[in-house]
Amino acid sequence: MKKFGILLVFIFFTVPAIAQKQSSGDTPSEATPSRTADSRVAALEEQVRLLAEQVAQLRSELSAMRDARSVPSSREPKILLTSSHVQPEILPAVSLPALSSSPEPPPSPPQAPQTQVYGGATSNAKLLNPDISMIGNFIGAAGPNSVVQTPSMELHESELGIQAIIDPYARGDFFLSFGETNVSVEEGYITFTSLPAGLILKAGKMRAAFGKVNLMHAHVLPWVDEPIVTNNLVGGEEGIQDAGFSLSRILPAPKNWFLEGTAQVYRGDSADLFRATTNKDVAVVGNLRAYKDLTESTNLDLGFSYARGHNFNGANFLTNLYDASATFRWKPLRRAIYKSFLFRTELIWSALDQPSATLPSLIETERAFGTYADAEYRLNRRWTVGARFDHSGRATNGSLIDNGFSAILTYWPSEFSQIRGQYRFTDYAQAGNANQLLFQFLFALGAHGAHPF
Amino acid sequence: MRHPNSLLPIASSFLTMLVSCTLSRPPAALADGKLQVMTATTDLAALAQEVGGDKVSVESIARGYQDPHFVEAKPSFLLKLRKADLLVVVGLELEIGWLPPLIQQSGNPKIQVGASGYFDASRFARILEIPTGLVTRAEGDVHPLGNPHYWLDPENGLRIAKGIVDKFSEMRPAEADYFGQRYADFERRIKQAAEQWQAQMKPYAGRKIVTYHRSWPNFADYFHLDVVGYIEPRPGIPPSPQHTVALIGQMKRDNVKVVCVEPYFDLKTPNAIARETGAQVVVLMPSVGGEKEITDYFKLFDYDIAKLKQAFDSTK
Repeated sequence: MKKFGILLVFIFFTVPAIAQKQSSGDTPSEATPSRTADSRVAALEEQVRLLAEQVAQLRSELSAMRDARSVPSSREPKILLTSSHVQPEILPAVSLPALSSSPEPPPSPPQAPQTQVYGGATSNAKLLNPDISMIGNFIGAAGPNSVVQTPSMELHESELGIQAIIDPYARGDFFLSFGETNVSVEEGYITFTSLPAGLILKAGKMRAAFGKVNLMHAHVLPWVDEPIVTNNLVGGEEGIQDAGFSLSRILPAPKNWFLEGTAQVYRGDSADLFRATTNKDVAVVGNLRAYKDLTESTNLDLGFSYARGHNFNGANFLTNLYDASATFRWKPLRRAIYKSFLFRTELIWSALDQPSATLPSLIETERAFGTYADAEYRLNRRWTVGARFDHSGRATNGSLIDNGFSAILTYWPSEFSQIRGQYRFTDYAQAGNANQLLFQFLFALGAHGAHPF
Repeated sequence: MRHPNSLLPIASSFLTMLVSCTLSRPPAALADGKLQVMTATTDLAALAQEVGGDKVSVESIARGYQDPHFVEAKPSFLLKLRKADLLVVVGLELEIGWLPPLIQQSGNPKIQVGASGYFDASRFARILEIPTGLVTRAEGDVHPLGNPHYWLDPENGLRIAKGIVDKFSEMRPAEADYFGQRYADFERRIKQAAEQWQAQMKPYAGRKIVTYHRSWPNFADYFHLDVVGYIEPRPGIPPSPQHTVALIGQMKRDNVKVVCVEPYFDLKTPNAIARETGAQVVVLMPSVGGEKEITDYFKLFDYDIAKLKQAFDSTK
């Protein structure tokens, strides 16, 4: 194919050259100036015509080569299997597979100039650009709620993701979270993927590996809102999200068990959960994840997490958080895009130091417990139903308990957009009941990287 | 516990724990000395097995009856990936939804994208349907680099095998002769088989078929079948009533009698279309392991060709 191409190019360059010679040879024999001019014009026209042909040929060549964008040609001759669908006379000259399937010349390109080619030649210049994506999260609510104010309509978050491999040793991920009026770096970190002994080191700002919900971006939550326990005990939507280091590794485990340990150190500033008053007030997070495939289509995922940091009461006041989570998944491989089931629960205990109500100079520890349990069932390719049960004390007063229940219906027009409705009933301690309808439109632009399982 | 400023020691003890686990781990090299090969799909595993013989240990992440676009990135795969010497992927963004986090979380420097143990098979194959002009998702889940279902062409199978065997020889120069012989043997057998397959399919050259997804361009090209329509209105978009009606009309006009469906798609719409048009639905296997008896790359073609012949013969 390469030889063939070179031959073609050679022919098409020599043909006009010969034509030029001929026309230049003709010129002196012409007697009158006007005829000379005419013939020169004719010669030029001929030249233009030939050039146009050349361009057309080269273009079709190029597209043929693009079709055959493959193997180094030195390997090719060995690799043709049967000649039954290859015309014998062109076999020796044509060694690239593209022509073996279409011995007739490729269709000539359109006359109109191509304005812009995405995914074609011009994209080569963009190859080193990072993957960029934007995810819109438009939510709204109907129904009164005296505790949590959700606007009737809001472009809640626009998440800009910029991700790329940095060099042979690391990759970088940025997630910028735009509200309607403000912007923050939700995550921005480097991951060293080529460390010895299977260690994975991250440095930068990131969501902490505490439990399940804390690791999820708003657009991958299976609900419109967060569970009550997340709001009451783990810093709400923002959660534990801070600048620091994370080191993780797959640990030795019994056969067929996956065990992963993660240790993280953060500056100690996360939402209204942790606050560092000095450089020593770092927060730590530890996570242990155990996973097992029960069968080909079912699996069990267990997690235990711990987080510790200084809270808003001052440098002498700590908050300790403990988390246990369990997820059961069922997804038959042959019908994975139509049917699946998931059950998940997370239990969170909080121990928060605060000044004693009776004697403010004393520190007392307030303990609170919260949990949620949710189930999701995929009915078919486009519809999923789900339900969530909420129960949580409040961090500063564990005896004030909020309960809730939600029913969720999700529709996927395609992989890249999602429409969700949620009915939420909440029984707030001291603030009565709230019945609300929430809705959400999620839409993804560009190449958003896959999320971890 | 009341030492508010003692968090750094706790943090460092976490790290010590992790590092000590690390140091106690046995060296990566495995006792039997086999090259540990992971592949994204079963077809690549079958090809690697053909040329690697008993000097390699090969395993696929996806199963043959699974939609290769939607594999779950289960942590259990990490256990295998972290020990792999070589990872063979289909490429062309087929695995974009699940493989990148697995590679990253494996903590295995050998198989990171671009490292010597990362092998993109698409670089060795003839790729069809490379979009030119504007590519947008209005066309559904398009693959900007071309159709990733390229392994269903025996010539591509041989090309990929050649790429893999060169890689094996590069990684284990001492075994290069062995791998070379395995490849030569595979080449002889696949050429022989391909001739038979061509002969079997010759009577049906030019027959029109409809497929569910665009999984068969290389297969159709090699065996001269004419794919005239798809049950999906756009790649990755489930069938819609309007499109189905239009497709039925087209099939009646063009006299299309065979509808090919991948094993991981619902048969409701294909069956309805077949009832309406008098066509026959045939579940073809795009991958090795799609059925129990499809244990290698050869049997994949044997199976699909037998199914197709049967369908063509019964719908003259």
